[in-house]
Amino acid sequence: MNLFKLWNFHGGVHLDGQKQESGRAPLAVARLPERLIFPLQQRNGEDSKPVVAPGDRVLKGQAIACDDNPVIPPIHASSSGVVRAIEQLPLPHPSGLSGLCIAIETDGEDVATAFSGNPGYRQCSPAELRRNIHEAGIVGLGGAAFPTSIKMAAGTSRKVDTLILNGAECEPYITCDDSLLTHYSEEVLEGAKILLHSLQAERCLLAVEDDMPDALTALEKAMNCGDFETVQLVRVPAVYPTGGEKQLIKVLTGREVPARGIPADIGIVCQNVGTAAAVYNAVVRGTPLISRIVTVTGRGVKRPQNLLARIGTPLSDLVRQCGGYTSEAERLVLGGPMMGFDVPTDDLPLTKSVNCILVAGRNELIGEKQPLPCIRCGACADACPVNLLPQQLYWYGRSDQIERAVDYKLFDCIECGCCDYVCPSHIPLVQYFRAAKGKAIAKRREREKSEHARLRFESRQARKEQEKRDREESAKRKKLTLGASKAPEIVEAIERAKLRRAEKAGQASRNSDPTAKKQPEPSGPSAVKSPDAGAAEPGSAERTSVPEAKSPKID
Amino acid sequence: MHFPTAQAPYLAPINSVSRIMLTVQVALIPGLAALVWQFGSGVLVQCLIALVAAALGEAAMLSLRRRPAVPALKDYSAALTAILLAVSLPPLAPWWLTAFGTLFAIIIGKHLYGGLGYNPFNPAMVGYAVLLISFPQHMTAWLPPRELSGAALGFADAWTAIFSRTLPSELTFDALAMATPLDTLKTQLGLDRSLDEIQTGALFSGIGSRGWQWVNFGFLLGGLWLLKRGLIAWQIPVGFLSALFAMALIFFLIEPAVYPTPLFHCFSGATMLGAFFIATDPVTASTTPRGRLIYGASIGLLVFVIRSWGGYPDGVAFAVLLLNLAAPTIDHYTRPRVYGYPK
Repeated sequence: MNLFKLWNFHGGVHLDGQKQESGRAPLAVARLPERLIFPLQQRNGEDSKPVVAPGDRVLKGQAIACDDNPVIPPIHASSSGVVRAIEQLPLPHPSGLSGLCIAIETDGEDVATAFSGNPGYRQCSPAELRRNIHEAGIVGLGGAAFPTSIKMAAGTSRKVDTLILNGAECEPYITCDDSLLTHYSEEVLEGAKILLHSLQAERCLLAVEDDMPDALTALEKAMNCGDFETVQLVRVPAVYPTGGEKQLIKVLTGREVPARGIPADIGIVCQNVGTAAAVYNAVVRGTPLISRIVTVTGRGVKRPQNLLARIGTPLSDLVRQCGGYTSEAERLVLGGPMMGFDVPTDDLPLTKSVNCILVAGRNELIGEKQPLPCIRCGACADACPVNLLPQQLYWYGRSDQIERAVDYKLFDCIECGCCDYVCPSHIPLVQYFRAAKGKAIAKRREREKSEHARLRFESRQARKEQEKRDREESAKRKKLTLGASKAPEIVEAIERAKLRRAEKAGQASRNSDPTAKKQPEPSGPSAVKSPDAGAAEPGSAERTSVPEAKSPKID
Repeated sequence: MHFPTAQAPYLAPINSVSRIMLTVQVALIPGLAALVWQFGSGVLVQCLIALVAAALGEAAMLSLRRRPAVPALKDYSAALTAILLAVSLPPLAPWWLTAFGTLFAIIIGKHLYGGLGYNPFNPAMVGYAVLLISFPQHMTAWLPPRELSGAALGFADAWTAIFSRTLPSELTFDALAMATPLDTLKTQLGLDRSLDEIQTGALFSGIGSRGWQWVNFGFLLGGLWLLKRGLIAWQIPVGFLSALFAMALIFFLIEPAVYPTPLFHCFSGATMLGAFFIATDPVTASTTPRGRLIYGASIGLLVFVIRSWGGYPDGVAFAVLLLNLAAPTIDHYTRPRVYGYPK
């Protein structure tokens, strides 16, 4: 296992893990709360549609919201009870906005629907397994909550050779994956086999950071007992952000996910270890995703620990089960201190994507920074795991040269916060980059809009030109047929009349306009004399506006 | 319960500008000690004058620019500029010269461009270049090193010499003033004397030049410590020194009668100070890894060119200023490959 060749990614930082507090305490099962709340919005995007109504009785594991869209997995009730309301409630989201939620009052009986597992999953096709995963409501449990079935489907159009299970929990404070691997190593390993079968891939690399000894021991023990030769356990150094998908892929395989690409482009699919366990539960036991392990930690909470908690449990309930807040509780962060976000209230439900509830004590975390000017020391560039030049991005972002910032690969920033952490001037770089990305997107939209308007205008112009041409064409054709049908004497008479009129007009203009003396004869008569003009005659004089033949002055 | 919110990341940064500036000043101590040992305490008096002038200049400019003075003074960047300039000046230079140079560096070199982080040129070198051009006589009047004279001026004597231009009775300024080895080399070579002849002179010995080699050792030591602390990028001193060494070696091998040894170049004049403390000023240097190598090497190259064929005995200040000018362009063409883009 230690002979496995590892690669390095550029940059990264060593962070104080702060994992002892929550990691040392045993995993506890959270109590059944009185109320469960399920936001209909799971990721940024559309809400899923409720399939229950207020007053309905629901069972544990029953789907309460579904959608035809495969990107929106269903939501299941995590205990039995009665739907009390479907209403606007605050969401656990950085925006702090509210959204439509299903609120269930639990009955304490915890009656479940009948789950039918499928231990013989090897007979199933990958597509069937993906449907199974989708119907179990499984999303990535590492924090991004991307629908797992969609990620697995990326393997259908590309050849995937490697499945990576991400157990590199690189953010400080968080120990939920450590706890999961320690207590549910078999579920994770079995889940890996299901995922491998569904991807039709040959090998699975299970990455665990080298500061997780309990998890490593448990995994090794489980691997010795079972048949897991397709799964390889790899210890990776505890450098932040090794647990980032792109960074982990680089560390394990030396390959890089192409810019704007996905891991499947280079034959890799990456899943969180918690997701693998959820897949095992869904496929073999038939239980949908209704609970997860969450770390409750920080100096602001009395007994930091990991809880196996039901999705939908109010955060305040979870904190209460960890002894409640200490007197110095100051901030509430969902996720880690580097890439998490803080929320103004604990009156929020646990969702599938929340891996950590960090209640910070006094001075444990910082708030608004007091930045000094950038001294261009380049510490940010040395720390950037993507090899960007944050000092240049900052410079361009600040001076509103968004195009230049984009040229310097603004959109490849993964917002990991390494640059912020090492910046001696205490500049909130990530905040600047988020804002710059927003501006760039707004500008792009603006440009697209004006481009669209331009195209519309041009096509309208083209259409009008074409219509005009068509009109002229048909007029010409008409004239031609008309001219051919007229008797020659009529044509002659018309021409004579024209000539006369033109001569008269010519005299008139000479009399009225002394400066026109030296001008040549008006073009009218000469036009008549020309042979092909004769053929085009009668109609054209009136119908089309060929000004040479008939200047407006003349009339 | 309700909580205040801010934007991630929430871990406190591990470094600060003041810490960097102070650490660099600590790293200057070995070189400064060598200067005091070899050339007397005059340099300490110069440091004091420069520090006071820099603080006054900085405070005045900040108040003119309507910025709070205390936070900026606390970043110690002006203090670093002051000390870097002070250690470059002849130890007994008159006080007004030091004060003028420092004020020029802070006011024109730094604040007129927008203050810390916005100055395109290294302020200390701006001050030095202005003094060298404006007062060449004062700027070339160095002292003989202790290795040669056997004694060096104490603090009190240096103080009176700098402020009232009077010396202890047995000494005169004319007797004290002495050209540096690089200066001597330039003048003597100009008189068509051979290098062998020149180097029999008392100023030349060992690997470099008397007195100066110790000063260079001091700055090298401090510089290596900075490298170890990760406060300066290795590419700049490595590029600087290897380019200077390589150029000196090539020409030494071609014509040893005219070109001194590479080691002489490395341990004379402001080489080590320049390589570790001047060229590495983050604000004015290149900031990409490859760019820093090019930037450092170009300075080393120019130092050799100016020393060998230019109009000044040492070329560090001008080489640095010229490359300051080129740094943005170098940065533009040396962007590193971002993750996920083709090699």
